[in-house]
Amino acid sequence: MTTSPHVHDLGMPGTPIDARIQQAIADSVETQGEKQAALKAKDMKTDQEVRWCPGCGDYVILNAVQSFLPSLGIAREDMVIVSGIGCSSRFPYYMNTYGMHSIHGRAPAIATGLAASRPDLSVWVVTGDGDALSIGGNHLIHALRRNVDMTILLFNNRIYGLTKGQYSPTSEVGKVTKSTPMGSLDHPFNPVSLALGADATFVGRAMDSDRKGLTEVLRQAAEHRGTALVEIYQNCNIFNDGAFDLLKDPATGPTWTIPLRHGEPLVFGPDGASCVVRDEFGGLRVAETNQVDASEIVVHDATREDPSYAFALSRLSSQDLRYTPMGVFRSVSKPTYDRMMLDQLEEARTQGPGDLEALLAGTDTWTVSA
Amino acid sequence: MTALEPTTTPGSSAPGGLVKSVVELDRVVIRLAGDSGDGMQLTGNRFTSETASFGNDLSTLPNFPAEIRAPTGTLPGVSSFQLHFADHDIMTPGDAPDVLVAMNPAALKANLGDLPGGGLVIADSDEFTPRNLAKVGYATNPLEDGSLDGWQVVAVPLTSMTLEALADSGLGKKEAERSKNMFTLGLLSWMYHRPTEGTVRFLERQFRRKPGIAAANIAAFRAGYNYGETTEAFAVSYEIKPAPMPPGRYRNISGNQALALGLVAAGQRSGLPVFLGAYPITPASDILHELSRHKAFGVRTFQAEDEIAGIGAALGASFGGALGITTTSGPGVSLKSEALGLAVMTELPLVVVDVQRGGPSTGLPTKTEQSDLLQAMFGRNGEAPLPVIAPRSPGDCFDAALEAARIALKYRTPVMLLSDGYLANGAEPWAVPAVDELPDLRVEFATEPNGAAADGTPEFLPYLRDPETLARPWAVPGTAGMQHRIGGLEKADKSGNISYDPANHDLMTRLRQAKVDGIAADIPPTDVDDPDGDARVAVIGWGSTYGPIGAACRRIRRSGRSVAQIHLRHVNPMPADLGEVLGRYDRVVCPEMNMGQLALLLRAKYLVDVQSHTQVRGLPFRAAELAAVVQDVIDSTTPTASTGGTT
Ligand SMILES: Cc1ncc(C[n+]2csc(CCOP(=O)(O)OP(=O)(O)O)c2C)c(N)n1
Ligand code: SF4
Ligand SMILES: [Mg+2]
Repeated sequence: MTTSPHVHDLGMPGTPIDARIQQAIADSVETQGEKQAALKAKDMKTDQEVRWCPGCGDYVILNAVQSFLPSLGIAREDMVIVSGIGCSSRFPYYMNTYGMHSIHGRAPAIATGLAASRPDLSVWVVTGDGDALSIGGNHLIHALRRNVDMTILLFNNRIYGLTKGQYSPTSEVGKVTKSTPMGSLDHPFNPVSLALGADATFVGRAMDSDRKGLTEVLRQAAEHRGTALVEIYQNCNIFNDGAFDLLKDPATGPTWTIPLRHGEPLVFGPDGASCVVRDEFGGLRVAETNQVDASEIVVHDATREDPSYAFALSRLSSQDLRYTPMGVFRSVSKPTYDRMMLDQLEEARTQGPGDLEALLAGTDTWTVSA
Repeated sequence: MTALEPTTTPGSSAPGGLVKSVVELDRVVIRLAGDSGDGMQLTGNRFTSETASFGNDLSTLPNFPAEIRAPTGTLPGVSSFQLHFADHDIMTPGDAPDVLVAMNPAALKANLGDLPGGGLVIADSDEFTPRNLAKVGYATNPLEDGSLDGWQVVAVPLTSMTLEALADSGLGKKEAERSKNMFTLGLLSWMYHRPTEGTVRFLERQFRRKPGIAAANIAAFRAGYNYGETTEAFAVSYEIKPAPMPPGRYRNISGNQALALGLVAAGQRSGLPVFLGAYPITPASDILHELSRHKAFGVRTFQAEDEIAGIGAALGASFGGALGITTTSGPGVSLKSEALGLAVMTELPLVVVDVQRGGPSTGLPTKTEQSDLLQAMFGRNGEAPLPVIAPRSPGDCFDAALEAARIALKYRTPVMLLSDGYLANGAEPWAVPAVDELPDLRVEFATEPNGAAADGTPEFLPYLRDPETLARPWAVPGTAGMQHRIGGLEKADKSGNISYDPANHDLMTRLRQAKVDGIAADIPPTDVDDPDGDARVAVIGWGSTYGPIGAACRRIRRSGRSVAQIHLRHVNPMPADLGEVLGRYDRVVCPEMNMGQLALLLRAKYLVDVQSHTQVRGLPFRAAELAAVVQDVIDSTTPTASTGGTT
């Protein structure tokens, strides 16, 4: 087996229950040598031709992930990427790990079964805003509340890419698309708010083009035990080009972006002109830094047990992305579903493994003699 | 339809000098009916256990409303339990009861129509109050107005006698009244010479933490028994000798229990961890309940947020090397369709259990039907074949579960296991199998490359098939050097890469079909029962109609006619010789609890003029009715040219 740095020690090598699987893995190591954990970005690539539109934000994310994953010290064989359907969901084909490109919206459910039965694996989900929040909304919230050990990367381009440009559950009201020629009517989800409402133990947000920021959020998400949700703003240059320009443009970005750094005061904007303070109802609001006392400025704490602080942070931003916090909103430690499931199995086995003969006979038998 | 030639033995003397006679019967059908709150299912199950441990053959038919507690005393609230037991081997819970126990007017009204003239009614006279009578539209009391003259009626104040027996128990009236089902069980136990220790032990166990309640129930049970012994109301008791059965150890088992145990056994025999993903639904939930108690066997159970997540999680676990299982009923199968297609495409092992109930939509949740066959066969987009297996009796659910797992693991395919409400809740004696005689389900995981790239470097081809089974290799995540990606997009042959090539899609579609069709070579030949060997009419069935069809065939043979019974356990693929077998008969009748789904398949596949006989009452077929239908077919069949020379 591979040796992993402490933080990525999944801590749950094979149990006797999964002996058959562990044996197969051991056999493979015997014939093919140890799994390599010292990898480079190029080791993560496959021979499959990448088929996104030129200029698509998905490329940037793919590159960032391929560069970042080797730093975890986990062998490619111990990683599994499960995706749904959408442009973003083609991701697994381009990663030299185990992978499943499944069906629309169901990746969190499939990954739950895999992660819960194989706690020795590093399980990742790649999904889109339509995949995760429309058809798969139910699975997403339940995965988050269960806290199965996996990392969900939600590529939010605020549009249905693969089906050629209908509005999505994250599109702003009034969005004119092929299916909404007079503008969309329904109010969008804020994926971070939604995840926090489901009591997700880890929630972060990053920008496709910000390699450094994205890598940092990915690192923290990967280190987190439990379900981590990372919303990645992703530009679809074909059907929703420039959706995040307000935040990307050096002229406007600093004004409207609230960088989240654990333990640091929430001060942002050119010259730190803006800050975040508590409002009179226990929520948060944006203020001008020179109008408030320094002690009033909120110091970011991602580890707060109560999700309402992180939720209030997520509500600062408007549909048009003004005042968008970027970084890690929440990172709290809670027992993971897979760990607890394994504990129950082990507890049940304290009296020894099950006795099939006894189980089949049950408590009331009678004998017919010859 | 009651006992064939009862023999009366000289009476035994009961306390008080009462002389009682004992009549020997070869079989009895009892139906217990009461309000949903009267505990009829519990009473029935207890009587069944007593009967099983006594050694009779038996078959049961619980029948209860979908509502947990419909308003007390109303017709929709009636719950019943029918038990057929005999001194010989039987196949059904009985067409009609010989004895009806009616705990209130609603129970009488709802069930009297099924009781043949002359049958015995035992009624709780205390419950026949003007109010209760009015609730179900009786203008006068049927126990007194002569309307039951065609039956034997014994009106017994079951409620007040229970209260009397528990006068010193310290229980309030309401609580004490609840024990009237145990009083009734005691009375029936006396009537049919049932052993009683099992029930006493059961009550002690059940109410371990409420010794007062345990004592009251046991007291009521004993009081009922003693009442039978001393009352003049019952002058006769009945003896039904144990049935001769092959030697061995037996237990009583319901279909859902047997199915769950079969799945645990499949995990043990394959050496794989079992992963069940399920969402609760009647009548399948008990399988989830049962499996969740067997964690010591490495069984992981996951109560998902819906049926899609249930199958999704199971498929994810299968990808990881587990025996993935999902259990549901028809509405849940509808939700699983798309994921089933993914399982077909990714060619991973998966057992999908559909405990069928009345449909469409929510339909009849607690009643039985066989109407999901075509959904199981075809209910997916695209050409998505998968094997379909159906158990034929409660005990057979065990073997069918093992067979479903065997095929799923060996051929890397989702398998549909079609049970139904009647099998799920019905019970029968079951010979406990020896563990080492169960099938060996071990599988080989792929651990090394099976191909080479153009430059000669070894590589893993996830869709390179076993030439014999056409199964693809199963390499689980974690295996060194075998990283690969699978998914729902069409695969290139061998490499499994995405492919939109027309010829490749045609090839892959045919390969997936051929893999499933090829299983026909790996299953037993058609099961034909034609003891006379000269039948010209065959009755073909699948699933739970096995019992009623078998009982009907026995009747027909007793009338001097020949008939063959053909039973399909593997509905897809069907046994390789089935076409030839069907061709041997002049007429083929196919009774089904649907609108003719198997008949449609048989006609399409074998061009045989199958005569479909259908019924969708939410209840199993009655053997007598089936026998009449088939007898008509036999009697109208004229000798064919082939037996009479050339034409
Ligand atoms: C059951 C089902 N319904 C609809 C579709 C069509 N479909 C494919 S992708 C998609 C939306 C994808 O949007 P998103 O998740 O945002 O992914 P993106 O392409 O934008 O990355 C839809 C509706 C499908 N594949 N399956
Ligand atoms: S449609 Fe949009 S999201 Fe999809 S590949 Fe093209 S640019 Fe990317
Ligand atoms: Mg999208």
